[in-house]
Amino acid sequence: MRRRFSIAADWLDHRTGVQTAVRQFLYEEIPASSGWHQVFGSVAAFLFMVQAFTGALLAFNYAPTPGDAYNSLRYILTELTGGRLIRGLHHWGASMMIVVVVLHMIQVFIYGAYKKPREATWIIGVFLLLITLGFGLTGYLLPWDNRAFWGTVVTTQIAGSAPIVGPYLTRFLGGGSSIGVVTFARFYGMHVLLLPPLTLVLMAVHIFLVRKHGVAPAPGDELVPKKKFYPHQVFIDTVAIFVAFAILFLLAAAVRVPLEQLADPTDTSYIPRPEWYFLFLFQTLKLFPGPLEIVGSVVLPGIAVTALILVPFIDRGKMVKVSKRVFAASVVLLAGIGWAALTATAVATTPKPAAGTQIDFSAPTDWMQLSPEEMAGVAYFRQENCVSCHAIGGKGNQVGPDLTATSIHKDAAWMIQHFKRPAAMRPGSSMPPIQLSDAQLNSLAAFLLKLNANNATALDNSPDFATAGALVYQTNHCGTCHLVNGVGMKVGPPLNGLSKRQTRRWVEDHFADPQKLSPGSIMPAYKLAPKDLDNLTTYLFALPE
Amino acid sequence: MQPVEEGMSRRNFYVGAIYGIWAIISAALGLPAIIYLFLPPKARQESNFVEIGDVTKLTPNSPVEMVFRRNRVDGWKILSEKSTAWVVKQADNQVVAFGPQCTHLGCAYHWEDGKNQFLCPCHSSLFAVDGKVVSGPAPRPLDRFETKVQGNKLLVGDLHKTPEQSA
Repeated sequence: MRRRFSIAADWLDHRTGVQTAVRQFLYEEIPASSGWHQVFGSVAAFLFMVQAFTGALLAFNYAPTPGDAYNSLRYILTELTGGRLIRGLHHWGASMMIVVVVLHMIQVFIYGAYKKPREATWIIGVFLLLITLGFGLTGYLLPWDNRAFWGTVVTTQIAGSAPIVGPYLTRFLGGGSSIGVVTFARFYGMHVLLLPPLTLVLMAVHIFLVRKHGVAPAPGDELVPKKKFYPHQVFIDTVAIFVAFAILFLLAAAVRVPLEQLADPTDTSYIPRPEWYFLFLFQTLKLFPGPLEIVGSVVLPGIAVTALILVPFIDRGKMVKVSKRVFAASVVLLAGIGWAALTATAVATTPKPAAGTQIDFSAPTDWMQLSPEEMAGVAYFRQENCVSCHAIGGKGNQVGPDLTATSIHKDAAWMIQHFKRPAAMRPGSSMPPIQLSDAQLNSLAAFLLKLNANNATALDNSPDFATAGALVYQTNHCGTCHLVNGVGMKVGPPLNGLSKRQTRRWVEDHFADPQKLSPGSIMPAYKLAPKDLDNLTTYLFALPE
Repeated sequence: MQPVEEGMSRRNFYVGAIYGIWAIISAALGLPAIIYLFLPPKARQESNFVEIGDVTKLTPNSPVEMVFRRNRVDGWKILSEKSTAWVVKQADNQVVAFGPQCTHLGCAYHWEDGKNQFLCPCHSSLFAVDGKVVSGPAPRPLDRFETKVQGNKLLVGDLHKTPEQSA
């Protein structure tokens, strides 16, 4: 068997040279000082492969047009098994890629590995960093939720403010007056068609150059015999890759990447923020108000990139021990402090969103179909802890009957009597009476009558703000004038789609003094407690259109 | 001899670890990918019956083509689309609704009044009024919709494939 395999391998090598090539790659000689500090390049290359793989998987179920993009991503997140994990890997992989690429650069910088004859390797590295940022920028738009949309509005405006090239950049990015289908197509095209092959080509040249010049030796390496790349350094790289992958996988599995509301160009209350690795740029911009703005948006970043490219030509001294490169280390430290300070300020000055609660639209949303009365029923159901005795859909305790079995459903009147005096309606029942008012029992009955095995999930996924908001809605009898999900009256306007018509601030002010905001309205003023106001408004804003 | 052996065992450890770690990474990426690509999406809706017509207007053994609209889940979209069914009231007053496509290659067939048979114009498959294949290349009887009768109304549900016809 082994002999046959070796014959086959020889045949293949004779025809293609693949074995010789792999051998040459693995058994290349590297300086004796090589070790753990040189893993970042390999990790970055690995993360790029993970991005390419998960990106292709996402593209298999993704429609790259505004609107559809959002719906298809929701489909990936809520209906495809493993979709959330794949998206998590791609999302967190992007952040990790930036971190690792920057670490790679810092290592090369501190060791002075860019020195003659490795200038070209460094410059290509700078371009690879810019491409990585380009991936982040173009990918940010693709979920087409509010976060994506408004973040991109800001970036395209910045690009447009550049002197001379600004208008051309704006046109290239497809953003004339607003961001729409053209911008989307441009961003998607760059993200999946242009940047990946460009990255591959530059990576190939980068690695070729590393091989051509050899891994940069430390002073004193020439006195010690060289070692082979395989297996010791490959082992070190592999362990580093594994650590990075483990962190990425845990992030993807444990930290939920939210999908916000569908992008809404008319939403005036949204506070746009770029992804965390662009926050320092965003903050820099704020330091230069008015006509000086292009200093922050174009001049400083331009100088920074040029300086990075010129690094090998500025520092042309001989290689010295890394412990002697105090100046390089100080530059990195200062840059790091500056970056951290800018980022921290940007985070600290981000106003808390006006919405007290953010709705995660990628979570199951069966609960949105319930009427306010039924939703209040869910609240009572949880409050009375019915699940301590009753099973729901075959899961849970079996002391009482499974409430999703529609066969046990009677009419509302029967249920309410049963809630009050369980044993009177069902002799022998050990259920304790429920101490609620008639109106509250009505809500509970309305919900239970609708409960079946298919919609029982709504019980699990109703967020707290919705149940609490529905309780406020019910106690204030909003349904005597308003319509929600087809239930209620039409004296006032229906409340579905409210978030599309009014801002949150408007709605909250309107409760306090309706006539001030809509003169002639017959709606009485409601003085709600802040928490109630917040829950009710969030609930109303979450209603489907 | 000792140092060489020690060197070899360390080398074996490195090689083993390299293969092992890459196997773990491949599995951790590959398995979710396979699950993601090959497991069907979670069902969004139960079978929904749509009202398509009045059963009192049917006469036994004379098929009528009924056109209706129904919602179909297509990936992340719900499409409202036109669909047709050939509805027959059989001799025993059972109502049957056939899917509109020939079971051979999916052409639209029609009822030939003169011959009292369904004829597919593509490859001349003939079906009897109960859907069974009379002649031609069709491999199995016509597909049937699930049906329900409520009062006078006929409702259709999902289309089910009929099993191959035993000759």
